[in-house]
Amino acid sequence: MPERIKHVPLDIEKVKPPRAEIHLIKNQCKGCGYCIEFCPKKVLEESEEINARGVHPPKIVNEDKCILCSFCSAVCPDFAIFVLEKKQEETKK
Amino acid sequence: MVQEIVAHPLSKYLREEMMPHIWCAGCGNGIVLNCFVHALDELKADLDKLVVVSGIGCIGRTAGYTNTASFHTTHGRSIAFATGVKLANPELDVVIVSGDGDLFAIGGNHFIHAARRNIGIKVICANNFNYGMTGGQLGPTTPLEALTTTSPYGNSEHPFNLVHLAAAAGASYVARWTTLHVRRLTQSIKRLMQKEGFCFIEVVSPCPEIFGRRNKMRSGLEMMGWFRKASVVENFSDPAKADITPDRIVVGEFVDIEKMSYEKLFHEKIAQINEKTMEKMS
Ligand SMILES: Cc1ncc(C[n+]2csc(CCOP(=O)(O)OP(=O)(O)O)c2C)c(N)n1
Ligand code: SF4
Ligand code: SF4
Ligand code: SF4
Ligand SMILES: [Mg+2]
Repeated sequence: MPERIKHVPLDIEKVKPPRAEIHLIKNQCKGCGYCIEFCPKKVLEESEEINARGVHPPKIVNEDKCILCSFCSAVCPDFAIFVLEKKQEETKK
Repeated sequence: MVQEIVAHPLSKYLREEMMPHIWCAGCGNGIVLNCFVHALDELKADLDKLVVVSGIGCIGRTAGYTNTASFHTTHGRSIAFATGVKLANPELDVVIVSGDGDLFAIGGNHFIHAARRNIGIKVICANNFNYGMTGGQLGPTTPLEALTTTSPYGNSEHPFNLVHLAAAAGASYVARWTTLHVRRLTQSIKRLMQKEGFCFIEVVSPCPEIFGRRNKMRSGLEMMGWFRKASVVENFSDPAKADITPDRIVVGEFVDIEKMSYEKLFHEKIAQINEKTMEKMS
């Protein structure tokens, strides 16, 4: 192990890894499944519920695993999902 | 998860009253629109200077969806209208978002001459291999043997290789991506917006509802699966060798050259003529 990472960083208490806040606009979703299929961390799954367009929108099953890459948001043809970074105060337990 | 309604960060670029858009589930047109407005956002584009032009077709609805000045023109004539806009006011950023049928069948002649002149119009073509809007007829990019309503026994026409066509006709910037390459497509659109002269991006795009269903790809996921399996990134490779086949979709940037634009040459010429006339008169 390189010398410099043997030590615990001094600011470990202060610096928190960014946490995701995933927003779904469920009734805008047409159920293509792209966000579910192409999320690298398998954060989303198809839900049981039926939305206003008669399809199953995604549901969030693993928000903690989200790496905020926003691929889901970029690949959504219907502008129905986007991801923001949670404010730091909220992430403190 | 957060339940309260928060607006989508890109919604300000869309005409709210036109949403949701008419495109089918899994249609790639929505991804093209998403990447386009994302690029505008990243560029902090001056929306007062932007004109979005489309022809007729499913993707042709784009001009009606962007919250910018826009021009929904007649079928095949988006480049002709855009040429007028650009020459009348070269300060404007003129972007065409239209289809393979609109730009390369009925509009093919406009395309090659706009590229030859190197007029500063930016063209983004959603290539879904058919005329989606009118029920799935074959068009100039339909692959050999593909099934369409007008090739029920398999297509026997050779398709255009759009990036080769654009490069050969003289475009300053040429790229191809699929709707799966959302990151690179967005970056490429930024490049297209910033370059002088005629610029072209082909976006290979799923039409699961009309093209896919006849060609053993009933869902958008299956069409995107084809793109994932078949696409290879080869930047600045020979566009002549970039034919799209079932096993291989070469994507990347193909051309990025500097060349004086038509609008500059044209307005310089007008200035020269005016100067000479003034000299003669004095
Ligand atoms: C002069 C004229 N001819 C034919 C049509 C019928 N028409 C409407 S859209 C279209 C083709 C659209 O294909 P494409 O540009 O590939 O768009 P897509 O629907 O596939 O997105 C045709 C032939 C028309 N509207 N006007
Ligand atoms: S931001 Fe990335 S990791 Fe998070 S849900 Fe979307 S695709 Fe998955
Ligand atoms: S990509 Fe968008 S439209 Fe498709 S399933 Fe996900 S949220 Fe719904
Ligand atoms: S017909 Fe094809 S191109 Fe037109 S909206 Fe439906 S999926 Fe998209
Ligand atoms: Mg088409």
